[in-house]
This record gives sequence, C-alpha cells and structure tokens, in this order.
Amino acid sequence: MVFDYYPGCTLKTKAKELDIYARKAAEKLGFELREFEEWQCCGAVYPMGVDAVAGKTPSVRALKVSQDNGRALVTLCSACHHVLKRVNHKVEEDAALRATLTAYDDELTYDGKTEVLHFLEVLRDKVGFDKLADAVTNPLTGRKIGAYYGCLLLRPGAVMAFDDPENPSIIEDFIKALGATPVKYAMRNECCGGYISLGEPEMSSRMCHKMVDDAKGQGAEELITACPLCAYNVKKQTGDGLPITYFTKILAEALGLDVEGVQPC
Amino acid sequence: MLNPAFEAKELLLNSGTLAEKCMKCGRCSASCPSYGEMDIRPHQFVSYLQRGDAESLLSSTTLWKCLACFACVQRCPRGVAPAQLIEAVRLASIRQQGGDRINPDDIPAEIDNEMPQQLLVAAFRKYKG
Ligand code: SF4
Ligand code: SF4
Repeated sequence: MVFDYYPGCTLKTKAKELDIYARKAAEKLGFELREFEEWQCCGAVYPMGVDAVAGKTPSVRALKVSQDNGRALVTLCSACHHVLKRVNHKVEEDAALRATLTAYDDELTYDGKTEVLHFLEVLRDKVGFDKLADAVTNPLTGRKIGAYYGCLLLRPGAVMAFDDPENPSIIEDFIKALGATPVKYAMRNECCGGYISLGEPEMSSRMCHKMVDDAKGQGAEELITACPLCAYNVKKQTGDGLPITYFTKILAEALGLDVEGVQPC
Repeated sequence: MLNPAFEAKELLLNSGTLAEKCMKCGRCSASCPSYGEMDIRPHQFVSYLQRGDAESLLSSTTLWKCLACFACVQRCPRGVAPAQLIEAVRLASIRQQGGDRINPDDIPAEIDNEMPQQLLVAAFRKYKG
C-alpha cells in the first residue's frame, strides 16, 4: 500500500517525533507514506469565510496532486487533517467555489474526490487494529493511557467522519491494540485553547487543567495526542501534571522500533 | 459608512450558514468553552446578526475569544454554525484598515523554544488581515 503523505509545517520542525515514528511504523506494518515533492502549509485553521478562497488553495493543490496520482492522501497532524478534509468536502459540495478556483488558476480545477485519511484511520480501516495487534512485539502491558482527541479530528462530525464526535473510541481501540489499557474520560474531546495561548495563556491553562484533572481522576497515567498544538498547550500549561506524547511514539515502542535519538515533543 | 443593516446581510452571506434557522435554544453557548469570556455569547451573536446589528458585533470581544473548536457547530440542533457567523464578522474586522490584532515585530518576544509553527500560523490567520 502506498499513500501520498502530507506532513505539514510543524512535523518538519517542532513535532518531528510525530512524523519519524509514523514513517518507521508504516514501514514495519507494510505500507509506505510517500511525501509530496512539493507542498505548502495548510494554514493551520480552516478558512471558513465563503470569500476566503485564497486560504484554501494550498490544500486544493495537494488534494489535486493526490487525485492525479490516484492515491489517498494521508495526514498526521490534527490541524492539517482538519483543514485538508474540510477543504476537500467544501470543494466537492460547492460548485461556485469550484468555478472560482478555476477562474483563479486553471491548475486549481479540482472536484473534491480525493480520499483524505488520517494515519489513525489507515491503521483502523486499511491495516486493521487486529493486524496491528498481531504486529506488536513489545506490548505496553499495564500502562494506563488516556486519549486526548481535542477538537480538530472530530468536529464537525458530519464532515470529518472520523468517529462519533461526542463519544469517540478510535484512539482507545488503538491503545488496546498496543497492549495498554485505555482510560476514557469525559473531557477528551474538549479544546486545549488552540492559538489563544499566544496572547491569553490563562484561558488555555484553565482548559488544559480541566482536561488533565479529569483524565487523572479516571486513572490515566499518561496522555497521547495527534496534535502538536494540544501537546504544546498541555505541557506548557500543566507542566508534568500528566506526561503527554504523540500517538506515533507509543506505536513505535509497541512495534519494538528504535525510539532513541529523536527529540522529545 | 455603509448602512449597518446592509453590512449585516453581507456578513450573513459570507458566513455560509443560515442564522434564520436558529430557534434560540442556547445550546451553542452551553457548549462553548469561551462562554464566560465573551460579551456577546454565541446564541446572542446569532440574534444580533439577524437583527442587523453588525456594529455591536464588530466591537465585541467574542471575535477574539472564539477558539474555532466547533463545539457549537457540532451541537446546534438546527444545523446553524455559530462559529462561522463569528468568523465572518472577525474577517470583516481584521480586513479593515488598521484592523490587525497582531504585529509581527511583537512576536519574537512571545516565542519559546517549544512553540509549534502551527500556533503562529493559526494566530496570524486569526488576528491579521
Ligand atoms: S467555535 Fe467558538 S463559539 Fe463555537 S463553541 Fe468553540 S469557542 Fe465557542
Ligand atoms: S444551538 Fe443553534 S438553534 Fe440553539 S441557540 Fe445556538 S445557533 Fe440557535
């Protein structure tokens, strides 16, 4: 299996772990993430305005290349996934947007048909969590891990179609496949504050503390995430309240891969 | 200055969502993690736009407190997307001359070594026209 792979800006810099472990794990699991020769930053937030067309063009370019390649497009970062998936959906449902994109640049003629998958969806739907469990050589037995979903993978559910937006289980099933014990807690799909932490860290702090306290209260001893901004906000605002890592790191560990020498997130 | 009622119409159009479907149940506000920080709560925001009061919204703190978490969008039983209404007004605000909320020269002082690019890119998208 070969997938087009859109890493995004942060996976090349502050979240290298999220990227490196995913590539290693993919190799072990028998599929390839083939990075685009060229890609542009997705913009980190979905441009919601009807007239916000320019902000959608970097996503459209990548989506169109995947369509030409005849491959599904795979993401790892929650924000990239959110933006690409929503742009794809919008282009597919909105003929006026398609016409504007074409008028803007012929190269942007695109119909929204590319399949956009998050790496976790590849594991669930293409590899299968049962097959993943079979490939585990170093089960994470006894570890109590809370999934921190955050907002971007899940909402709006009708577009993201990632999992039940109010009671998701994909990351818990992933944790189970690795031999660890998933800990469910109510606040796992609540917001970390996102970009508000730049100017108003106290708002982010309040949200992160609520989430971490809930996870702890339910017995979690560590957290995993797919979002570099969630990881940053939780760490920065709650210190060592609960250690948080990328889901790809525990994946690599369970697959018995060398996880040394990569900068911690 | 443009007729404020006319402006509200433009804002509604650019939001891409139908405010008139709102039944004022307040569920969007109940779901909002920034509720306590906003002077005009999400369910009120919808009503202000329906009434054509764009002016109050343009100076509202709500524009800068919405986190784009989409809890309101997810939970609205009428399929309204309050976050998109807030976004349309926010865009109108930052696109005004002098409307930028962020100055690139002030950024280096805010950066720490772990800060992800994603944060800066998102902040520029939200605070700068
Ligand atoms: S998207 Fe904005 S208005 Fe809606 S719930 Fe989140 S913070 Fe509140
Ligand atoms: S949840 Fe929907 S219907 Fe209810 S007040 Fe908010 S926008 Fe209106």
